[in-house]
Amino acid sequence: MTTAAQTPTELRRLLPRDLVERGGCPFDPPAGLTARRGQAPVQPLRLANGAEAWLVTGLEEARAVLADTRFSSDRVRHPDAASGAEPRQVETRDDGMFVFMDPPEHTTLRKLLTGQFTVRRMRALEERVREIAVGHIEAMKAAGTEADLVPAYALPIPSLVICELLGVDYADRDRFQRNTAVALDSAASTDERARAGLELYTFMGELIAAKRAAPGDDLVSGLLDLPDNQLVDIALVLLGAGHETTANMLALGTFALLENPGELARLRAEPELLDTAIEELLRYLSIIQMGVSRVATEDLTIGDVTIPAGATVIIATPEANRDPAHWDQPDRLDVSRPRVSHLAFGHGVHQCLGQQLARVEMKVGLGELITRLPGLRLAVPADEVPLRAEMLVYGVHSLPVTWS
Amino acid sequence: MKVTVDHERCCSSGQCALIAPEVFDQNEHDGAVVLLQPEPAPGLHAAVEDAADHCPCSAISLS
Ligand code: HEM
Ligand code: SF4
Repeated sequence: MTTAAQTPTELRRLLPRDLVERGGCPFDPPAGLTARRGQAPVQPLRLANGAEAWLVTGLEEARAVLADTRFSSDRVRHPDAASGAEPRQVETRDDGMFVFMDPPEHTTLRKLLTGQFTVRRMRALEERVREIAVGHIEAMKAAGTEADLVPAYALPIPSLVICELLGVDYADRDRFQRNTAVALDSAASTDERARAGLELYTFMGELIAAKRAAPGDDLVSGLLDLPDNQLVDIALVLLGAGHETTANMLALGTFALLENPGELARLRAEPELLDTAIEELLRYLSIIQMGVSRVATEDLTIGDVTIPAGATVIIATPEANRDPAHWDQPDRLDVSRPRVSHLAFGHGVHQCLGQQLARVEMKVGLGELITRLPGLRLAVPADEVPLRAEMLVYGVHSLPVTWS
Repeated sequence: MKVTVDHERCCSSGQCALIAPEVFDQNEHDGAVVLLQPEPAPGLHAAVEDAADHCPCSAISLS
């Protein structure tokens, strides 16, 4: 069992409230971040436990941190300011939480997976994703003219896809969706999150035992050479990251398009804009809201700021992705904005493993939704849509919509 | 334009194969970059520059 998995949520709990709560526009970064625009791109920050951390709001500075593995992801050897623990000497990491490892341990595990997530492999899934998406739209239409888009569409699509890839039975979704949500909820107590984590481990342990008895042609079955504890970690990371993220992009992305009817109309008129629209939504919404952090393993300089050894560095992705030095009118959603390298999937060796899958799911999921439900609109006033401010992954808890 | 790729640095993100598929591919085994055209035609230069800029691991060099 690892505690490394808990640290991003723990860190989020300790952030000043003005860096967490969303203000007027649900798509804009928290007020505490926008207030820092034009200030130093790397600033010290006091956490609720009294510890000091560093906040990076500039795009170049964020890229520099994430490109440099001396800013460590290894939360076992280099605990962050949330845990308050001292660095630890560990011979080898025998767990599988590669997202919280550094090269070369990270490289070894990531390389077991990257061949499964190439652009080409993910494109080959496109028709299957379309089948799932269209099936859910048909079901929504058959049931009436109103639905909550999160359970009816946004959550099932990526959940089904990652289940099929991993060889997880989608009928078990209640067990993993709810527990993943609790594990990533900074408003849940430490105990609740630990319990959810334990249930996820049990669930995956059972699944892997079943695969050992009767392997299939899925991704988990392809990794049975790994010891159980590593395989459980890897499969849980993929399962969790594979559904929570895209689900929120689909729902929040739809919300953003409905609130920007001019952009939605352009997209409907020019479907070839879909690729740039997806990149723009990723940038504009930056749903991994301050989940990405690193720990300096030595004194390191970013711009003209020296980050002391042991310090925690928090990447303010929502604000870095609106750096005015890189985007014109960064607070505007512009579906035809020329492609500029953004940070929504991170940067450096940990850059999102599932990004090509997420792109296919978003392209098909949003594309089918806006073409097959022409009169799509919110069924409640926009300010009544419940926002996921406390969650590691931003989005909406529900999105009541109606269509004609 | 001459393109070189550093397989040691590549972290198989697929950004290059997405942005400039005429010039970059990924191998089936671990998704590492495969350079299809070390000297791409001028019409591809903008895409190649874009791909190099997007590479998260600075594995693509242009000269
Ligand atoms: C739009 C949806 C998604 C967003 C915004 C997103 C975002 C991110 C970000 C920012 C990171 C970097 C974390 C860090 O540097 O510490 C990351 C890593 C990761 N993502 Fe995603 N992700 C998405 C979808 C997916 C999907 C569908 C999968 C499914 C497999 C996935 C699997 C992973 C994994 C395994 C990592 C860890 C990679 C590593 O440490 O080498 N993600 N993601
Ligand atoms: S963009 Fe860079 S890291 Fe990604 S596959 Fe291409 S060369 Fe490798």
